[in-house]
Amino acid sequence: MSVMVRRRIVSRIAETLCAGAVLLALVPLALILFYVLRQGIGALNIAFFTEMPKPVGEPGGGMANAIVGTLILIGIAALFAVPIGCVCGIHLAEYPDTKFSSVVRFAADVMNGVPSIVVGIFAYGIVVLPVKRFSAIAGGIALGLLMLPIVVRTTEELLRLVPAGLREGALALGATRGRAVFTVIVPAALPGILTGILVAIARVAGETAPLLFTSFNNRFWSTNLGQPIASLTVQVFSYAISPYEDWHRQAWAGAFLLVAIILTLSILARLSVRGLEKMNRP
Amino acid sequence: MTRRSSDDRFFRLATGAVAALVLLIVIGIGFELTRQSTMSIRKFGFSFWTGTTWDPVSGDFGARPFIWGTLYSSVLALLLAAPVALGIAIYISELSPRMLRQPLAYLTELLAAIPSIVYGLWGVFVLVPIIRKLELATPDFLKKIPLFKGPPLGVGMLAAAVILAIMVVPFTSSVAREILKNVPSAQREAAYALGATRWEAIKVAVGYGKSGIIGAIMLGFGRALGETMAVTMVIGNNPQVSASLYAPQYTMSAVIANEFTEAADELYLHALIEIGLLLFIITIGVNMISRLLIWSMKARANRKAISMPMLADEAVPA
Repeated sequence: MSVMVRRRIVSRIAETLCAGAVLLALVPLALILFYVLRQGIGALNIAFFTEMPKPVGEPGGGMANAIVGTLILIGIAALFAVPIGCVCGIHLAEYPDTKFSSVVRFAADVMNGVPSIVVGIFAYGIVVLPVKRFSAIAGGIALGLLMLPIVVRTTEELLRLVPAGLREGALALGATRGRAVFTVIVPAALPGILTGILVAIARVAGETAPLLFTSFNNRFWSTNLGQPIASLTVQVFSYAISPYEDWHRQAWAGAFLLVAIILTLSILARLSVRGLEKMNRP
Repeated sequence: MTRRSSDDRFFRLATGAVAALVLLIVIGIGFELTRQSTMSIRKFGFSFWTGTTWDPVSGDFGARPFIWGTLYSSVLALLLAAPVALGIAIYISELSPRMLRQPLAYLTELLAAIPSIVYGLWGVFVLVPIIRKLELATPDFLKKIPLFKGPPLGVGMLAAAVILAIMVVPFTSSVAREILKNVPSAQREAAYALGATRWEAIKVAVGYGKSGIIGAIMLGFGRALGETMAVTMVIGNNPQVSASLYAPQYTMSAVIANEFTEAADELYLHALIEIGLLLFIITIGVNMISRLLIWSMKARANRKAISMPMLADEAVPA
């Protein structure tokens, strides 16, 4: 009997420790969100969105150029990663069991774990070094390379959610593979694929390390793709390590904007995946 | 009919060619990093890994302090993060009330999406002052141990390990949760049928998914190894090999982030890229092993799940 009691007590203690782990992890994370919210909202104003950075020592100004820069970088990244990633995902979903597919899937998973700074060096080597100039294109390609494996894997998984009957029906009616994929299967999974793209954008929007030596930074207004360009993340970094109080304030505002964008994208993606799963359940 | 099959073959080849790009990029990264660091590889050879001087002015480069800093901070982070992440995974998948399950799972995944730079910002302005206070309050007898020797600066190995641990927990716990979800429920039911307590049944489930859970923890380790911004901002950026938690140190990714745009001569740049190459090789290795562990565990679970009904059928006549 005492053995039984002891086992029950051990079980209770272990269960409590697990619940404690949840609380322990949530505390710092809640603290981070709390600080970003408090410091960020206090520092946000219209000027932050509309004005350019002021010269060193002058308070005020904003990050208009960095906000636009981040949008441009994400645009380049998506333009390059989405088509390749989707077609690759289609191949993996259509021929899931071939040896080639397993190798590519494995490569995508491994690529997903390559540190972003290493991907940045790669982009530096293939885009910056040949022309000897930092550029928006180089930053966009670095971000695109980071997006690629995520787009591949989510496209594949979401295409697999499409009921097999749709594919079989199209093939039974005499459609070729390509026709079945592009007129029946992909349209059915389109909301899901868009979701995957949102997730991938959310992941790269916060990247800093690969931009440090690809798109570099720019204190002036620039939309020239061949020139260095500002980005929210690099701007937050350079303000955070500066000694100026007013720049710290703006760094918090930038961090708040980043977190707001990324959490909104993630939540949107989550909601639409849920809708898609419900739709396809028999 | 032949037209159709040739169309199908074309579709397969065309999409396959695009898919091969992913493979080529991974190989291309390794190739490009090697090509861009040949000068440093030729000049220093193996002594690059063991040398402790990092002197751009005289052109003498050894990466040991950075390799040490990366491994030490990641191992410390993992010691802090792994038990917590595993606890969370167990709580969400085995213990929590059904109503809490989805929200908690979403919450951990959302937290994994917060960018590194935001953790870094918080680290500099909130965590580092807290750690400095802790370091100042260290009792004297502890200061004699090498682990706690060093100036109470706040920035240093301890701050880096703590911020890494905080960052790695959500990621590791969601992979581990996925693994536990793949453990066939027959495993737990069998344990309960034998009179196990809740915790004993959980131990059976965790034991079944052991290789996958080790994989999840290693995946977190891989993340910690390559993490750049947050660590760069709090570790103190001082290249030295020290066991002290308080000492400011340096990591591979941090030195690349800080010095890459300053590297004026080619040898300096090649040395930095060689550090990137080392980081690439280490993380690729860690990732490959962890993915294989996770895959093998999932494959085993799926095979068992398929064979279960057959077992039950055979059991009926007997």
